[in-house]
Amino acid sequence: MTGIPPHISVRDLNVFYGKDHALKDISVDIPNKKITAIIGPSGCGKTTLLKSFNRLLERADNVKVTGQVLVDGEDIYDPKMEITHIRKKMGLLSQKPYPLPMSIYDNIAYGPRIHGEQNKKKLDKIVEHFLKTASLWEEVKDKLHGPAARLSVGQQQRLCLARGLAVGPEIILGDEPTSALDPKSSQHIEKRFIELKERYTIIVVTHILRQAKRLADYVLFLYMGRLIEHGPAQAIFENPQQEMTKEYIFGVIS
Amino acid sequence: MDKRYIEENIFKFLMAVSGLLIISVLLLILGTIAYKGLPYLSWEMVTQPPQNGYYLGKGGGILNAILGSLYLTGGATVLALLISLPVTLYLNVYAKKDSVSVYVTRFVFDVLWGIPSIVYGAFGFTLMLFWGMQASLFAGIITVTFLILPIMTRSMDEIIRMVPGPLLDASYGLGATRWETAWKVVVRQALPGISTAVLMAFGRGIGDAASLIFTAGFTDALPSSLGRPAATLPLAIFFQFSSPVPQVQGRAYAAALILTLIILGVSFASRFLTKRFTRHIVR
Repeated sequence: MTGIPPHISVRDLNVFYGKDHALKDISVDIPNKKITAIIGPSGCGKTTLLKSFNRLLERADNVKVTGQVLVDGEDIYDPKMEITHIRKKMGLLSQKPYPLPMSIYDNIAYGPRIHGEQNKKKLDKIVEHFLKTASLWEEVKDKLHGPAARLSVGQQQRLCLARGLAVGPEIILGDEPTSALDPKSSQHIEKRFIELKERYTIIVVTHILRQAKRLADYVLFLYMGRLIEHGPAQAIFENPQQEMTKEYIFGVIS
Repeated sequence: MDKRYIEENIFKFLMAVSGLLIISVLLLILGTIAYKGLPYLSWEMVTQPPQNGYYLGKGGGILNAILGSLYLTGGATVLALLISLPVTLYLNVYAKKDSVSVYVTRFVFDVLWGIPSIVYGAFGFTLMLFWGMQASLFAGIITVTFLILPIMTRSMDEIIRMVPGPLLDASYGLGATRWETAWKVVVRQALPGISTAVLMAFGRGIGDAASLIFTAGFTDALPSSLGRPAATLPLAIFFQFSSPVPQVQGRAYAAALILTLIILGVSFASRFLTKRFTRHIVR
């Protein structure tokens, strides 16, 4: 299809919230080590699709999921799969950053610690390394044991990125990760994504078309819970095949 | 004048009046206890148990009741915390939000909250008879635990409910289990509220007399064993007030002052302790 080996393969995915049919027969391959943008109007199921990748959907009541999501060839909805193992493979950035109620250092060390890393020296290294990766180190190196909640929102989002990377994921999921940030901080996050796609598969939900154009290598367009069109970014943005994609991209529906 | 402007001022006036009313009631109570009790408050009173003829105005103090109250309420508060923290974490982290068990649990605690303390006393007394126990510190602790459990659980529940869902998602997203999320994230985030809930329960427990008349009993001896009766401050106040001797009535006020100071002290101490953690809280 695209020549790139898929990292996540979705097969006939259906999601119901009670009687509400939120995602309908989604089948798509997410390319490995690329940035994939999920676009579409509000309420079209973008976030639902994203959250189905790390099974955070199950937190809500009355959710029913059918179909398969294969990550590295393993079906994550197989009842035998351990949920913490799946989630460890993915770092999540939410719309508004939520630092954990602890120090900057402990925020980054939280993931490695729960996965068994106790060695203080190794943790120090992990914390420094990932704060640098998220380009936050210089701003916080003198207050590592101060509360994370006192950072600015933009810094908090980079902290959340570092925290997610510290568990050693292969995939980064971003749920409109810049929507609460000022333009400067948004740019910061976008730059990090472009640096990180060499090593990670990145999936970003966004309602900002320009952001999708700047970042994405591959694009999924959702409308009313259906996957209308997907393909390499250039093809989707310059030459959409479906009428609805055209209307959305050229601003008729929003 | 503009009608909306008048409305605004009337409402401001009402708020100011109610505020003043509450503060003056508090000051009036504290003032009365201090005014009537201070002259009788002495070092002897807080360091000695009652001596012979204490209730007729002779020497001694109420150390028996001070210690009895602290042991009893302290024990009950710890027991209640050991039960209510798991219950609240179950309600808010483990259980499905709309499930019947969550609804029933909250309803049961709401009903329990409304039961008067004398009923808990009678219930504790029945249990005691059933097990063939006598009035004792232990029976008092169990009864007060029942009494303060709903208060602690429901106030904790209201606090932990306010922990934002995405904060839990952030923890789950890193591969944390429910237990890790509950213990390391939810409890830390809600810690100031949890300590307030514990404090409210402690205050309710240490101030209650009715549940203890039959269960903890009363004694002039210092509390020495879980199996012996124990004196408590509210009952000490009650017995001293019932005396016709002015000296003893004055000591009742002094005892009330001591009780109030204990509650204030515990309150300040817990504020101070939780302040260290409050700075990490996410808003």
